[in-house]
Amino acid sequence: MASAGNNSRALPWALVTPALAWTCAFFVLPFIAMGFSSLTAHEGGGFTLANYSQFFTDPSYWRAMVNSLEVTAIVTVISILLAYPFAWILAEMVPERWQRLALMLAVLPFWTSYVVRSYSWLLVLAQNGVINRALTGIGLIGEPLQLANTRFATVTGFVHFFVMLLTLTIFANLKQLSPSYRKAAADLGARPVRTFLHVVLPLTLPGIMVGAFLTFVLCIGDYVTPQILGGNNELLMPQLVMMQIGRRGDFPLASALSIILMAVVTIAYLACARWLKIERA
Amino acid sequence: MRAAVRLAAWVYAIAVYGFIFLPVVVLVLFSLQATSFPIPPFTGPSLRWYQAVLSDAKLTSALFNSLLVAVLSSLASVTLGFLSAWGFARFVLPGSAILRGLITLPLTVSYLIIGMGLLVLFNWAGVPKSLLAAGIGHVVINLPLCFAIIYSQMGDHQINIERAARDLGAAEWKVLLMIAVPVMAPAIFAGFFLSMTFSWDEFVISFLLTRFETTLPVEIWNLLRSGLNPKTNAVGSLVFAVSIVLVVFFELTLLRRKPA
Repeated sequence: MASAGNNSRALPWALVTPALAWTCAFFVLPFIAMGFSSLTAHEGGGFTLANYSQFFTDPSYWRAMVNSLEVTAIVTVISILLAYPFAWILAEMVPERWQRLALMLAVLPFWTSYVVRSYSWLLVLAQNGVINRALTGIGLIGEPLQLANTRFATVTGFVHFFVMLLTLTIFANLKQLSPSYRKAAADLGARPVRTFLHVVLPLTLPGIMVGAFLTFVLCIGDYVTPQILGGNNELLMPQLVMMQIGRRGDFPLASALSIILMAVVTIAYLACARWLKIERA
Repeated sequence: MRAAVRLAAWVYAIAVYGFIFLPVVVLVLFSLQATSFPIPPFTGPSLRWYQAVLSDAKLTSALFNSLLVAVLSSLASVTLGFLSAWGFARFVLPGSAILRGLITLPLTVSYLIIGMGLLVLFNWAGVPKSLLAAGIGHVVINLPLCFAIIYSQMGDHQINIERAARDLGAAEWKVLLMIAVPVMAPAIFAGFFLSMTFSWDEFVISFLLTRFETTLPVEIWNLLRSGLNPKTNAVGSLVFAVSIVLVVFFELTLLRRKPA
């Protein structure tokens, strides 16, 4: 675009081109490669839609998508319900000078390695783990409960992570809220509960939606937590993708499943776009 | 009534803190246990498993690999991110909104899919699995982050300093290196340390793109195959400690930004 020698016009392109080239070479191009790969047959090459039709006709593949959507929905709802009151307590009841420390403590475990974080839940939930030992110790149950390798374990591991994330986003949202809204509502005679339901909650809804969207994207695309905590009793989409690569070396099918997974995330984005845009403005 | 609500709120907050800290406390506590299984009851402290980790050549070389990949990929991310952020903030470029969107696009895609795409591409191009391949993936995920952080911190007051430098006869590269970089240092450090923590912790891309030399999260994953193991607790606690140090650096650089 810029003529050679015209320094003032070449400079800006020289600045932005390396980053753009990197993104094109190692993000856009791989994505195109994956798209092509998803349309080829595993054995012998040649173009085919078989990988996609396999997903839509094989019930076990469908099942993985349904499991993923169910787990993600459960995790998102529980995380919001747990995080909102917690963020509210931190923002409203903790004295101002302690808030930063309280918030830092609340997100501290965020920084454990994410493989290790899932593994630590295994220590808590295993047959001879902390919870089962405690419950049998006080005589509440005779036999240890099957907690690990269940959907319960997967959801617990995810909720643990996303409560921290949502506490951060909701806390930030509550702090941004000008106190004059609540004062106005109180002056007009609204009781605290009513003020909360009709003023505070609607005004923090965009923040909740952004948090929910983040939870959705990160949760539905994660392989580690379901693999460590859920085991192979019920497969989620990322586990299915990894299985195609690990056990069978079937890149085309893995590519097709990845693209389907990405399509689902895009649909979720479009569904939340209204709130996500408000936040960005 | 009021007092009851307050009490309930505090009990709730403590319960949530308990939930958040439970696995971490269990992890660190049982890393200090001398017996061969990290399970209750706790039988007294010992540094035995830390010794085992530090004398395990596989783990220590993975730790070194992780640090190497984290430092180099973060340097690359923050350099590319800074140059492009400065370019977009200071110059008018055609289609700049779309191009900025392109740079931040990888933020919305899961690491698994980014890793998959690179695996397919490298497989076709005949690029072997290696630390370099994983490092390239780490730049893909961290470049948008560095760009977004630095771009958001490019204020107007900095333009005037740069203009003054130009008026006094500084060449563009001098403005960039001697004015823009020092002025933006807090944002650059923030981007760098955040990249470091993400790269240090990243698993899926490294798992897909490395084979013989791997990073620490991948080695930990391999350890997990042997079931509950106090060595995993010890290495996990060490990783946690390193992350905390990085986060403290990140906090300090972010806090330093505030008075500006």
